[in-house]
This record gives sequence, structure tokens and C-alpha cells, in this order.
Amino acid sequence: MSSLLSDDQPQSSPARRRPGAILKVRELSVDYVMERGIVRAVQDVSFEVGPGEFIGIVGESGCGKSTLLFAIAQLLAPPASISSGSVTFNGDNLVGLTDRMLSAVRWLDMSVVMQSAMNALNPVLSISAQFKDAMRAHGVTSKSEIADRSAEVLKMVGIDPVHLKSYPHQLSGGMRQRSMIAMAMLFTPDLVIMDEPTSALDVVAQRSLMVQIKELQDKLGFAVIFVTHDMSLVRHFSDRLMVMYAGQIAELGVTRKIFKRPLHPYTIGLMDAFPSIKGPRVPLTGIPGSPPNLASPPEGCRFAPRCPQVMDRCLTTAVPIYLVNSEQVRCLLLENGEAVS
Amino acid sequence: MTDQETAPRPDTVTSAPLLRTERLTRHFRIGGGVRRQMLHAVDDVTLEIGRREIVALAGESGSGKSTIARLLARIYKPTSGEIYFQGKPISRLRSRREVLGYRSDVPMVFQDPFASINPVFRVSHGVMRSLKLHRPELSAAERQVEAERVLAAVGLTPPAEVLQRFPHELSGGQRQRVGFAQALAMRPKLILADEPVSMLDVSIRIGLLNLMTQLRDEQGVSILYITHDIASARYVADRLIVMYAGQVAEQGPVEDVLADPKHPYTQLLLSAVPDPRADLNVGAETDHGEPPRVIDPTPGCRFRWRCPLAIDVCHSVTPELAELAPGHAAACHVAQSGAEVRAF
Repeated sequence: MSSLLSDDQPQSSPARRRPGAILKVRELSVDYVMERGIVRAVQDVSFEVGPGEFIGIVGESGCGKSTLLFAIAQLLAPPASISSGSVTFNGDNLVGLTDRMLSAVRWLDMSVVMQSAMNALNPVLSISAQFKDAMRAHGVTSKSEIADRSAEVLKMVGIDPVHLKSYPHQLSGGMRQRSMIAMAMLFTPDLVIMDEPTSALDVVAQRSLMVQIKELQDKLGFAVIFVTHDMSLVRHFSDRLMVMYAGQIAELGVTRKIFKRPLHPYTIGLMDAFPSIKGPRVPLTGIPGSPPNLASPPEGCRFAPRCPQVMDRCLTTAVPIYLVNSEQVRCLLLENGEAVS
Repeated sequence: MTDQETAPRPDTVTSAPLLRTERLTRHFRIGGGVRRQMLHAVDDVTLEIGRREIVALAGESGSGKSTIARLLARIYKPTSGEIYFQGKPISRLRSRREVLGYRSDVPMVFQDPFASINPVFRVSHGVMRSLKLHRPELSAAERQVEAERVLAAVGLTPPAEVLQRFPHELSGGQRQRVGFAQALAMRPKLILADEPVSMLDVSIRIGLLNLMTQLRDEQGVSILYITHDIASARYVADRLIVMYAGQVAEQGPVEDVLADPKHPYTQLLLSAVPDPRADLNVGAETDHGEPPRVIDPTPGCRFRWRCPLAIDVCHSVTPELAELAPGHAAACHVAQSGAEVRAF
């Protein structure tokens, strides 16, 4: 990966800007080994997460965003595996650790909230039994301590502790998703990884859950990696935004800046893909075409076949990441650090 | 509404709406034995769909919008109420020919393009089947021409080549276009589109929405667009119907409803829509979005538990839709009393 520093302001590397980064992902690649060949679902992804930071990861289905999350949490199962790179969490490289060694980290310091709470919660156990399982697996055995903490985390997410006795089917979708988040809070982790936790909820419940996550974060100070396909959802909640396309980072930077002035043509296209309920009704175009098959990705830029600003070189040159105003952008238009739009 | 539509007068229906429902109701029995309960999926829904019109039916999951689509598609029979198509009640369709005729006039496009197309047949199979069944007068050569025409109309080019492809060779967006092509082959008057873009990636949704407006403008079909996404409803629809707990909360021209929502639920819904171009609205955070209770409901407004403006009458009398502005109606006692409704 080559980076060009090309800005008149004094540049600092991401590492120096966030000295206390709790998570450092370095040149991470994930391969799916299939009969027909190797599919590289995540390629050369590097980023860091500072304490208490909220990072949004957006992209279309198949862009590798969920695979990246699973790789960070060391939850990949065959045929997927990390082929290169490192994931350093609180100073330890997690890649290659055994499950036993990982259990000292998982759920205590890093927890994961999955997409579908209905599938992630055990339907035949009450909420309290599932909380108890998680706590006992990490060495908390005192009954009163378990009961107290369970009630406490449930209250934190705005659910009456009487629901500890409830079974998942007795709760609404929003409450199930909230109790998943409560479970992730049991040990007050440093990092909570969320994979589209609101995608099954309607907009009212969705906003309420997002506000709740943000409040908890302000109170407890954990960092969040939030994966979603809906950019508008993380607009107001994330500090930084990573836009992924076909297994690569297309753009990574401060959310506010990206929304103000997106640099990568794919990000620009995504911005124009959302109709608004306010303002004039304008015709939108979306992005024509569909994402590439990762078993045989385009030779040059992976977005080139759909890019409205495509140049000849894009079709043949593998595009490195350029640093523009301390944002990562993978686009030849940004070669000189300036957007040509 | 007007009495001219109730009498079946096939030759003078042009002034009537294309489709109209009259107090359409569908209940489902749940549980058995002693504790038999009724789930009121759709209650007393009266709505109209005009010619060359896209009507968006919006609401949260469980609000009854898909049940309405299935009632209109004759997948379910109504518990009570009636559906009039071109002025004629569809419960009176008896012969196979009449039923087939209605099915080809009002086809459905489903939510999941990966499940709704048979994976073992080429694209031509579904389109040709529609043509053989619903337009038997066409010769084989005419069928091929017609199949290519509908594929081109939905933007699948080159049509002759796409017809020979298998579904797995197509992307989700292309498959959903095949769904619209199959519907279009029947020369429909009204396409029932149940969440047709919700399974697609954001970057290709707009393409499908644009296709829907194009079908309205160029092919003259009406579309009932069922969605939970108000922003996309605004993008394509002429009129918006907001459902809550099996009933119509509000309906009207889409811009009127969005600019001046009369029903507190519509206001809540609009305030919660994430909008990347606008500031965050933090007005109604106390509302957790709990779903409504529609099992053996008692009379009264179904939104009253969540409504900050609820008054006594809301707890005892179910509000009826009433027009509050031209073409713009809401089922809310407070709004109908003339009071300013600003709940969220």
C-alpha cells in the first residue's frame, strides 16, 4: 500500500493522530477458499479505532463489510480465513490466537451484536438464563451478582427488568435487539461490534435504538464499529465513516467531511442513491450496473465498470490508497490529492 | 363514496377509480380451543387507486400492508368488505375466465427476487408462461416478439439474449426487473408491488423506482407500491396511504401528506426517517416504536397508547377517515376537531 502525502496542512499518520487506538487493523485480507478458486472478500484493509470512537462501515451486500467484522472478532469459519495482516486489540495481535486465548478478550473487552436478534438469542431460554450463561462462561458465579448485573444492563437499554423472565418470542423486535445490546454491555467492554443491528426494525424503533446506543456510548465510553448498508443511518451517529466496495476501502474519513464533500465516485453515487423526504423532488440516478464478482475482480479499479468518471488508466492500474486531507481514498482522480469533480 | 360505482355498469366505468375497496377487513384466527383470539390484520380499509397512478402504501411491519396486497391479489378472501375493480365487485368473479382475466389485470411483483423466480428455468419460461396462459391468441412468433418487448420495457437488454439466461446469471436488480417483465407481459392495469426494492442494494434501488415511474408514464399502468420506506414512497408515488395497526391512518397526495401530516402517527413516522441531508430530529426519543396490539382490539384509536395528544374520545371511539383538506384525509379525533396537531 502506498500513500501520498499531498496537502499543505501538516500531515499526521492515523497512528499518531490516535495514539491510544484500542484497535489497529493492518493490511488485513480475508480469503474464502472455494473449489473454483480463492475469493478475496476483504483486501488490504487498514484502519484504527480510538477509545470511545464510533466508526460506521457502509457498503452493498457482498462488499466484505460483514466478513471484515467477523475477521476483527476472530469469528471466521471455514472456508473463510485471514490470509494476511494483523488485528491488534489493546496491544495484542488476535490473529492466530486459539479460542481459549480469545475467551479472555471476547465478551469481556470486545462484544458483538449480530444482525438478527431473533437468530442470535436462544428461543428456548429466558433472557436471564442467557445472560447467566454469558457471565458464568467468564467466571462470574455469584447468583446475586449475576441477577443484579442482568437487571442493571436491561435497565440501561430501557427495558423493565421483569422481562428477564421473558422468552425471546414474548418480546418485540426492538426489545430483542435491545436485550442483545444489554448482553453485550454485561462486562462493560472497550469495543462493541455491531452488524446491522437495526435492519429488521421499522424507522421509529430504529431511531430509538440508535439514540440509545449513542447514549450508552457517551455514558460508558466504549468504542463502536457499526456496519450498515444505509449511509443515512450513521450520518448523525458516527465519528468516522468507512465506505467499502468489492472488498476494499473506497473511502475512509471523518463522517461530517465525507457527507459535506465525498471524494470517491462510489461514495458520491451512494449519496445520490437516497431519495429525501424534504426539499424538492429531484430525479436520481443511483449507480448503474452491479458490484463485481470477487472470484474474478476487474483488473484495475474495481469500481471502474460502474464509474461515471472512469479513465483509461483505471481499467489497467491497480489503484492504491491516497491520503487526502488525512482521508483514505482509493481513486486515481485523487492521485494528486485534489478531487476532480 | 359515489353510488355510481356500486352498480356493475361495465361500459360507463371510466369515471370510476380503477380499483376501490369498501371497508375491506381480514381477520386471522390465532390459538385454538378455549383461548381463541382474532388477529385484526386489516380492518375497515377503504381506499382507491386511480388510472395511471402510483399509490404508496406505507407502514411498519405488521401494519397490514402486505395483507392488503394479498387480498387484492385474491390470495386471501376478505373477512368482510368488498374490492371493486373497474366498478365490479371481485367477489362475484366466478368462471375461470373471469378470474384469469382479473389476475392478468392485477398481477403481483414479490419482495424477494431470489425466491420468486424458479431457478431451474430460463428467464423466457416465466414470461412465456404468462403469455400462453393469459394471451392464448398469440402465435409462437408473436409471443417471442412480445416477450422481447416487455424485457426491453423493463430495461433488460439485449432482450433476446436475456430471455435465454438463467436467474443465477442475473443480479438482484435484474431479477426484480424480470418480475416486472412477467407482470407486464399480461398487459396489466394495476401491478401490486410488495416491497419490490427492499431486498436490493441501495445503489440499484433507484433504478427500480425509476422503472416504476417509467411503466406508469409509458405503459399506462397503475402501481400499488407497498413499502416501509417513506422517502422512496415520496420519490415514486402520486398518493400516499399510511397504515397503522391494520387501519388507514392518513391518505392524500404524497407532497401534501409529507408537508402537512395530520395524523400523529404520520408525524412520528416522518420525524424518524433518517435523512442524510438534514439534521437529526431528536423530538420523539421516548417512543420506542412498540408495535400496536391488534389481537381482539377494543374500540378506540389504535394509536392512543403512543399518542401524546390522546383525549377521552380516543379511548372509546374508533376514528373514521375524514377529509381535512382536498383529497387529504386522516383518522384522528384531534385533527378532525380542528385542533392543531403537532405531536412529534
